[in-house]
Amino acid sequence: MRPVQGGGAMLRLEKRPSPSRFWQWATPVLAVLLTMIAGGIMFALLGKNPVEALRTIFWDPLFNAQFASYSRPQLLVKAGPLILIAIGLSLGFRAGIWNIGAEGQYIMGAILGAGVGLAFYPAEHWFIFPLMVVAGALGGWAWAMIPAILKTRFNTNEILVSLLLVYVAQNILASMAVGLLRNPEGGGFPGSRSLSKYAASSNPELIAGTGMHWGVVAAFVAVIGAYVLLQRHILGFHIKLAGQAPRAARFAGVNPQRLVVLCMGISGALAGLAGLFEVTGPAGQISIDFNVGYGFTAIIVAFLGRLNPIGILLAGLLMALTYIGGELAQFMLGLPAAAIQAFQGMLLFFLLAVDLLTNYRVRLAARKEAA
Amino acid sequence: MFGGIDPSLLIASLIVASVPIILAAIGELVTERAGVLNLGVEGMMIMGAVCGFIAAVTTGSAVLGFLGGALGGALLSLIFAVLTQFLLANQVATGLALTLFGLGLSSLLGQSYVGIKPPLTPALPFGPLADIPFFGKVLFSHDWVVYFSVASVAAVWWVLKATRTGLVLRAVGESHDAAHALGYKVVRIRIGAIVFGGAMAGLGGAYVSLVRVPQWTDGITAGAGWIALAIVVFASWKPWRALIGAYLFGGITVLQLNLQVAGARIPVEYLSSAPYLITILVLVIMSSAKGRGGRGKVALNAPASLGQNFHASR
Repeated sequence: MRPVQGGGAMLRLEKRPSPSRFWQWATPVLAVLLTMIAGGIMFALLGKNPVEALRTIFWDPLFNAQFASYSRPQLLVKAGPLILIAIGLSLGFRAGIWNIGAEGQYIMGAILGAGVGLAFYPAEHWFIFPLMVVAGALGGWAWAMIPAILKTRFNTNEILVSLLLVYVAQNILASMAVGLLRNPEGGGFPGSRSLSKYAASSNPELIAGTGMHWGVVAAFVAVIGAYVLLQRHILGFHIKLAGQAPRAARFAGVNPQRLVVLCMGISGALAGLAGLFEVTGPAGQISIDFNVGYGFTAIIVAFLGRLNPIGILLAGLLMALTYIGGELAQFMLGLPAAAIQAFQGMLLFFLLAVDLLTNYRVRLAARKEAA
Repeated sequence: MFGGIDPSLLIASLIVASVPIILAAIGELVTERAGVLNLGVEGMMIMGAVCGFIAAVTTGSAVLGFLGGALGGALLSLIFAVLTQFLLANQVATGLALTLFGLGLSSLLGQSYVGIKPPLTPALPFGPLADIPFFGKVLFSHDWVVYFSVASVAAVWWVLKATRTGLVLRAVGESHDAAHALGYKVVRIRIGAIVFGGAMAGLGGAYVSLVRVPQWTDGITAGAGWIALAIVVFASWKPWRALIGAYLFGGITVLQLNLQVAGARIPVEYLSSAPYLITILVLVIMSSAKGRGGRGKVALNAPASLGQNFHASR
C-alpha cells in the first residue's frame, strides 16, 4: 500500500504559507462568473434563452429604460436587510461561532418592535419609532441569547439550537398574526394593523426615488462600525484571533464564552433591527409570511463578501440584484421563482469551490511512480 | 389520557412518524463516524422527497419512488463530497449551501407536481399476525420502509461494531492522519460515507412525500433534517440510541398532533413548536451530562476528527 494519495494524479495541491491576497478578492468574482455560466445552463434546461435570462436578471433592473425607475430603488430596499444581517453574522463566522438562525431573530425583532408600536396605537409621539427600533434590536438579541447561553452554560451546539429556533419563531409569528397582534378592524383576516400607514411607527422612504429608508442607513452604519471594529478595536482582533488560532487566542487571554455571547448578541440584534425596519417599511405589517428568507440569504452574502464589511456591502447589493432581476425574469420570461433560489445556492457552492485557490497552489505534477 | 385515542394506534403512528428521522439520522451517523460533518441533511432530505415523488408518479411504482429518492439525496451529497474532500471547502459552510440549494432546486423540480396523489405504499401482509390484539396493530400493520428503517439501524450497528469496514471507517473518523499513515484511502472512505448519508437522507425524504403527507409541497420536510442532526448528537453517535431518539421525537410529534385534533386549550402554533423545543431540551441535557474528566459526554464521544478536512501533505 502506498501512502501517496491519488497516486497517478496530475494535479497536486500545495498549501500556501499564507492566503493569497490576490485570490482573496478574485475568487468571489470568479464564483459569480461560474455561477452565471452554470445558471445559464440551468435556464437553458428550463427552456429559456440563457443570454436573455441573464440579461434580464443582471442588466435590465439597472439599465433598462422601462424598468430601471422602479427597480433601482428596490436595490437598496432589498440590500439593506441582507447587509445588516450579514455584517452581524460575519463577526461570529470569523470567530468560529455559527449563528445560522438569523431568520428567527429577524422575525422576533419584528414582532417585539411591532408589538411596542401597536401598543401605542393610535397615539402620535416622536419617541414611538425610536422605541420600536430599540425593541426590535432587543427582540433579535434575546432570541440569539438562547443558543448563546445554552452554548456557554451547557456546551450545546449553537448551529442546531439557533436553527431549530427559526421554526419556533415562525410558529410564534403565525400565532401573533392571527392572535395577539391581529388587526381588530381587519375583518378577521390574519395580519396586524399597517405599521407603514401609522405615521408614528412608519419607516418611510427618506429620499424619494432612492429606496433609502432607516434600515438602509442602519446597514451603512453597521458596515462602517464593523470595519472600525475589525481594524482598530481589540475586540475585532480577538474575534479574528479566535477564528484563526483558537489556542493562541486562549493564551492571549481571550475569553471564548464572552466572545460567544458578544458575537451572537450583535448578530441577533442586527437581525432583529433588520426585521423591525422591514415590517415598518417595505413589508408594512406583521403577516404570517412577511419574512422572505433574508436571514438565510444573508449567510450567502456574508461568505460572498469574504466576511469583510466592504465585501459584504458589495455582495449584498449583488444578491439584492438577483432578487429583483429574478422577479423581473419571473414576470417577463416566466422563470420560476425557485430558479433564483437555486441560483443563489449555486453561487455559494462555486464560491466555496474556488476558495481553494486562496489557500492552496494548484501545481501540475509529473506522474511519479512509487519507489 | 390521550383524549380517548387507542394507545396501540398511538404507538403505531409514532413508529411511522419517526421513520424519516431514523433513516436520515442513521445515514448522518455513518457520515459523522467517518469524521465528516454534513449539515446539509435537510437539503438532501428535501431533494429525496421531490425526486422520490417524481419517480413514483412517473413510473407509478412507490418502490421505484424510494429508489429515486435515495438517488436524489446521494447525488446532492456528491456535490458536498467533491467540495469538501477534493476542494477542501469548509464543511459547515458547504453543508449550509447544500440545504439552501436543495430547498431551491426541489421547489423548482416539484412545481408541476403540486396537488398530485402519489402511488400507495401498502402495509405488508402479515396475515393472522396483524389480528393479534394490541401487538398486531403496533408491530404488524406497517409498510416495508418501517421495517427497513429498523433493519438499517441494526445493520449499521453491526457493521460499525463487528466488521473490518466499520473499524476502518471509525479509524478514519477518529484520526485521519493515523489512518492515512496506515495506508487507508481516507478520502475514498469518506466519500463513501457521505454518499451513504445522502442516500439514507433521500430515502427519509421520500418517505415524507410518499407516505407521511403524501403529496408534494415546497419545504415539505419542515426541519426534519435538522432534527435528525440533533438526534445524532443525542445518540452520542451510537446507532440504537438514534433509534430511541427518533421514536421519542416521533412520540412528541404524534402526541401534539393528537392534542391539536382533540382541541386542547393550547394554541396550535405553540403545539407545533413542541418537537423543536423538546429537541433543544434534549440537546441541552445530553451536552451538559458530565463524563470522565469533567468534560461533556457529547464532547467525549464525538469522533475526534469530526468536521476537519484532510489534506495529505505527501
